[in-house]
Amino acid sequence: MKDLIELLNVFALLSLLAVGGGTAVLPDMVHETVTVHHWVTSTQFASIYSLGQLAPGPNMTMVGIIGYHAAGVAGYFLVLFAFYFPASMLTFIVSQIWDTYQDNPWRDAIQQGLAPITIGLMLAGVYAVGKEASFHPDQPLWYNFVTLAFGMGVVGILFWKRVNPALLILLCGALGWFWLR
Amino acid sequence: MIGITSFGGGLVAYLRDVVVDREKWLDAKEFMAALEMGQTLPGLNSTNLAVIVGRKLRGPAGSVCAVMGLILPGAVILIILGLLYVRFHNNPDVAAALAGVAAAAVGLLLQVTLKIGGRQFLNFRDLFFILATFLMVGVLHVSLPATLFMLAPIAVWLHRPAALKKAATATPSKES
Repeated sequence: MKDLIELLNVFALLSLLAVGGGTAVLPDMVHETVTVHHWVTSTQFASIYSLGQLAPGPNMTMVGIIGYHAAGVAGYFLVLFAFYFPASMLTFIVSQIWDTYQDNPWRDAIQQGLAPITIGLMLAGVYAVGKEASFHPDQPLWYNFVTLAFGMGVVGILFWKRVNPALLILLCGALGWFWLR
Repeated sequence: MIGITSFGGGLVAYLRDVVVDREKWLDAKEFMAALEMGQTLPGLNSTNLAVIVGRKLRGPAGSVCAVMGLILPGAVILIILGLLYVRFHNNPDVAAALAGVAAAAVGLLLQVTLKIGGRQFLNFRDLFFILATFLMVGVLHVSLPATLFMLAPIAVWLHRPAALKKAATATPSKES
């Protein structure tokens, strides 16, 4: 029960802080779920994050699995609710209000001002996940080389051509099964 | 509300195809306005967008259906994947495949960041905020609310409306 309340608190707060999208709260999510509450280990977090890439819908739906680890099926649904409901409610209300202030110049100011902060947060998210998923101090050098190459390869391919990312993810999963055992 | 479950794709570009081109629920301009709002407000861009589109079509019930339609298919698949993961994550084959998937996910995330960031990396002032945010949250582990409270007001103020030019036409509000 205590876990459920803490899950609710943590994810509702993350929901309301996710300015610019879910990636922005990844570093804080890692910190809260791994370091503070020990619901998952950092390796598990990286794996769960990658599971999120394999399902349709927003990738961040994977937060439910963290809830499952912490408190079973109830945790799964509670976390989904906590993560989606507060921000959606806020959007609902604010979008209604903002329709009346359509030409307010502060709208642009807020948007342009927050944009680089969002990018910084996303970079921090890449760093938080990448620390676990791309570098493995306990593994041999070639293992690290493969994981880094996967990451860089995906960046390169996606800039070069518009491919469905899920395919790349699956491909790397299959290659990983051969090379990372 | 019909057909809203087909949203499933999760990508904003895909949402645009369905909402604007196929179902003609919004025109392109309305869609961009909705997207901008969805990006500025906290929460995921795609779900925020669904809330706004749903509200315009059917009010509160429309918003609920749109978000549900967006999340549920993935949520069902994920609970299955999640259960499999809990059962098999000690299996070396599964662990190896997941390590590959995780490594690829990092690349995906980095590419999205670089793409969205785009020109901002070349603008000195924006780059400063990018790096400041990255260092505070990513490396120094300052909490997210604290970081936002410190950096956001400065950033928004630097982009404040060219007050002299625009104040004549639009009333500057007291918000922010």
